[in-house]
Amino acid sequence: MVGVLTVVSLALVTVYFRESDGGALHSLQSTGATVLSPFEVGAERVARPFRDAAGWFDGLLDAKSENRKLKEQLDALRQEVILTQSALRENTQLKKLLTYLEGPTFPKDYRPVAARVIARAPSQYTQQIVVSAGKNDGIAKHDAVVTGDGLVGEVTKVASHVAQVTLLTDPQSAVSALDIHSNADGLLQLDQSGSTLILDRVTKDQKVDRGDVIVTSGFRSGDLSSLYPRGIPLGVVTSVSQTDTDIYKKVQVDPYVDFPNLEAVIVLVKKPGAK
Amino acid sequence: MILDSTKAAALVFVAAILQASVFSSVEILNGTPDLLLVTIICVALLRGPVVGAAAGFWGGILLDTANLATLGVTSLLLTISGYWTGRYGETTGRDRAHAPFVSVAVITFLYALGSLAFHFVLGEPAPARTVLWSTLFQGIALNLALTWPVYRLARLVLRQVERRERVQRIHALGQ
Repeated sequence: MVGVLTVVSLALVTVYFRESDGGALHSLQSTGATVLSPFEVGAERVARPFRDAAGWFDGLLDAKSENRKLKEQLDALRQEVILTQSALRENTQLKKLLTYLEGPTFPKDYRPVAARVIARAPSQYTQQIVVSAGKNDGIAKHDAVVTGDGLVGEVTKVASHVAQVTLLTDPQSAVSALDIHSNADGLLQLDQSGSTLILDRVTKDQKVDRGDVIVTSGFRSGDLSSLYPRGIPLGVVTSVSQTDTDIYKKVQVDPYVDFPNLEAVIVLVKKPGAK
Repeated sequence: MILDSTKAAALVFVAAILQASVFSSVEILNGTPDLLLVTIICVALLRGPVVGAAAGFWGGILLDTANLATLGVTSLLLTISGYWTGRYGETTGRDRAHAPFVSVAVITFLYALGSLAFHFVLGEPAPARTVLWSTLFQGIALNLALTWPVYRLARLVLRQVERRERVQRIHALGQ
């Protein structure tokens, strides 16, 4: 029995790796994910107030000194805060999304598909989330995913009603980006320590300053083009340094998107006929 | 037997859904609790290696499906975890109050090692420093914190069968 299950597991891994995205196992998984998604949505909704309460207590520890002064006020407001925080946070994120959708920076060749975050990859190996929209909503592999703050990542797998999004903070993500002040361009990716985003491949002759805003470059060269539309905000430059031995500058970027607290996102789906 | 298996499967199902949608985003001091692993360990201790392995396989499939991750990876690791814990529960750990805690601590450590090795072999990112140093001890501590309530719950859910299987009467030979 145990041997059979082990062999079946190994067979699943092997077949899953060898077959294409449209293969039988991928289709089966896609159906399974669609069946499971209502349970995940339900569990996420039930747990949200508890998570918010936990987050609230976590924040309380960080602000211990300030908390001492405001303790009397906080005691009275505590219950109210826990009850309303969930709705407020969701409201703020949705407002930001709406501002972005109606703003001039929204790419015109794209149609927005709003989706809720329903699961997160439970490991340190990958930075991925699962969102509650899929093929049936027009989402395809490699579609860009954003929030009102900026770029979140790229769709890497799609099922009928759910899609997997690989975040910008994943070790395998990379985005061609540019500094909107100086037009210096490079590749935004995680550094080797896996903790900081850096703008790589910026040659020493290009000018980048602390506080500069970095956006997607959306390059197009013949048939080759970036997955992401031009002008999506990525982050702000926090430090710039260079050494004599290195041919590139070392540019650290603080992302605009609050990756650990993502709740709602927008998938940018290309309009039919758009280039 | 069927009722018992159904209960165990339902318990693992709930744990997998909660793990995918809630627990995987809980981060305390860089560590993340693994409710599914703890649940499978508890089921394996209460029901033995075969049920433990089957629960591990089922939980792994559910988690990989929910996350659209590579099918089979989590199943394999959890199947082995469930089997080993079941064997431990039947032999050395039998009737020991500390067995769930020892199992959770050891299996969490071995699961992290196995998971790291598996990802490395598959050519995926395998940050050894993060897995074995920055998050492992916090993960073990969080899983240990989950052990007592999850073990109690698993016992409660699987109790009726336990009672039924308990020896009712003893006939002394020769009387």
